[in-house]
Amino acid sequence: MGVRTTAARATAALGVAVLLASCSSGGDKGNEQPSGALEGRGEVTFATGKDTSGNMQKLVDEWNASHANEQVRIIELPESADAQRQQMVQNAQVKSDAYTILNLDVVWTAEFAANRWVVELPADQFELDKFLQPAVKTAQYRDKLYAAPVYSDGGLLYYRKDLLDAAGVKPPKTWAELTSACQAVKAAQPAIGCYAGQFEKYEGLTVNFDEAVHSAGGDVVDSTGKPVVDSPEAKAGLDSLVTGFQQGIIPEKAITYKEEEGRRAFQAGELLFHRQWPYQWNLAGKTDGSSQVAGKFDVAPLPGLNGPGSSTLGGHNFAISAFGKNKATALDFIKFFTSESSQRSNLLATSQAPTLASLYDDAELIKQFPYLPTLKESILSAKPRPQAVRYGDVTQAIQEAAYAALTGEKTSDVALKDLQAKLQELLK
Amino acid sequence: MTAVARRARGATSGAGRLAAALLSPTFVVLGLVVGYPLVAALRESVFREGTDLDESGFVVEGSRFVGIDNYTAIFAGDSAARFWNAFGNTTLFTAITVALEVVIGVAMALVMHHAIRWRGVVRASILVPWAVPTAVSALLWRWIFQADGVANAVIGQQVLWTTEGWQAKFAVILADVWKTAPFVGLLVLAGLQIIPNDVYEAARVDGASPWRQFWRITLPLVKPALLVAVLFRVLDALRMFDLPFVLIGSRKESVETLSMVAFDEASSLRFGPAAAYATILFVYVAVTALVFVRLLGADVIGAARERARK
Repeated sequence: MGVRTTAARATAALGVAVLLASCSSGGDKGNEQPSGALEGRGEVTFATGKDTSGNMQKLVDEWNASHANEQVRIIELPESADAQRQQMVQNAQVKSDAYTILNLDVVWTAEFAANRWVVELPADQFELDKFLQPAVKTAQYRDKLYAAPVYSDGGLLYYRKDLLDAAGVKPPKTWAELTSACQAVKAAQPAIGCYAGQFEKYEGLTVNFDEAVHSAGGDVVDSTGKPVVDSPEAKAGLDSLVTGFQQGIIPEKAITYKEEEGRRAFQAGELLFHRQWPYQWNLAGKTDGSSQVAGKFDVAPLPGLNGPGSSTLGGHNFAISAFGKNKATALDFIKFFTSESSQRSNLLATSQAPTLASLYDDAELIKQFPYLPTLKESILSAKPRPQAVRYGDVTQAIQEAAYAALTGEKTSDVALKDLQAKLQELLK
Repeated sequence: MTAVARRARGATSGAGRLAAALLSPTFVVLGLVVGYPLVAALRESVFREGTDLDESGFVVEGSRFVGIDNYTAIFAGDSAARFWNAFGNTTLFTAITVALEVVIGVAMALVMHHAIRWRGVVRASILVPWAVPTAVSALLWRWIFQADGVANAVIGQQVLWTTEGWQAKFAVILADVWKTAPFVGLLVLAGLQIIPNDVYEAARVDGASPWRQFWRITLPLVKPALLVAVLFRVLDALRMFDLPFVLIGSRKESVETLSMVAFDEASSLRFGPAAAYATILFVYVAVTALVFVRLLGADVIGAARERARK
């Protein structure tokens, strides 16, 4: 072999070595199972996404002040949800005890539970009946509790109160009402876009697709976990979005919207209706000039096909890593974090939706967060995304199908038939 | 057989042993940072993770040996379409971006070389894009190409650049050329600076036009530097990942490259198939490099100097 070719190969090899290294995993796994007992007291770590408000640190400090021998330390993971999941999965695959408490997105519960990366929690030690039941369901896998619901989230229909009032229409409860409200407003405001959600090809599209299907009375998976997206209801739901794009009710560029792009459009006064999470309330209401619509909007539950719609559940649950030490302390800390006073403090600091039902009826909180009753309604009628061990593949399949239908690459019939076949493969 | 090998055989055995001893740390390091990941990935690519559930809903753990199944799976069924699409995108991006970068990079080098006033400023400003990290420049271009971004404001109509279609490919190519043409320019500039000025003077005396000087003197003399630049760019472009990933998004058929498929499989915890994709990409890169070196005779490691010394 010539020196030149060797060197060329070495150059090439160096080039891809990084890529290859990132693809190689730790190899075979052992068979020993970690003990499920919640024992041991002492220091624990708490792996979570970015603590943007600083309130997690505040609560942890509060806990640490009264638990000198059971200190909790926050480990901040990257901002993007995918990167967080990846770090937690890698941590579990090498059975590291670096993370004790995991802050899991609601859609990861099944994967983490089925792989035995998190331990079962004693359901009788949490007063689960005081929580919003849809949120509790996201923490369960096969009827067993694997996490404690801490944050919830539900979609809301933001609308321009000023424009609807001027046109003399009420906030819509159905798609048809939304369309006619839009036409009424467009008479005076021809340039405004009617409706937008999150339609870029990412997790947000799964959320919006599920909402459309559920709001039309359909289901993505039935109660036994079988996919049922080839139903007429599911087609009607997807078609509401497809025709929305075709008829221009949804502006063409909304196909590139994630949460932030849509929020900017709504705040710039380009949208009459916007499906969005509660976090938009504070930002759109800012009077520092960043929002053109401050004081001009309100929220309503999502519209459905023939009646009120149904939101997709978001949120985060806390679980205990199967490989962490001092699980008894971890359990106590989770109880502390889900207590009413902690959740109230979280709501006040971050405006993230709590999971305790009582907080939504608190007059003082409603004064500060007027959308709370609507949000409660939204969460109580909300449905979870499919609870699948291979959730990553499931959500990708849904995104492929929905994106193909919305961009007109496939008809909704074909897209749903393909999706049904793929989900049957993934959920069997 | 090359000159190096012939000379090594002629040397005394003592000198050979010394050379081997002196070189051994290098080989150990190379083995660790190049050899090990390669072998590990090859090994990984013949295993597959279990995804089956037992009756109580738990995943049956452990990966099992599947031989070449991960490779055959890539070329069959749905994944074949995805693979060939990604292969096509990778090849297309490489061919177009490198061609454009060569033309623009050479032009940039000539400008940097001939700039008399503000030479430092001209060179620095041309090199700025190369200094920006790829992911950052991808975000920058994403901002330009978003629905109500600068690009649409300039052309005066709404093109949805980040959705599927030719416009997404175009956006990636434009952003990549913007970023890496300066790299080609930089290497060519280094080549230009070693061309002695009297060659041009002689040509001028003989009455050669500037165009003829460029084709007959400049280009042949910067060819070694240019070929190295092109080789580096080809190898780099074949691995393109962060630019389309950030600028357009993951799993967009129009811009998905082989690296993105491998990454996507790995983040779905299918490490075996991911390693198989990465291995195929590695072979593709290695073969391309080999063909390039053989056909164009790029003097990557200074073999010509060795021959000249002999």
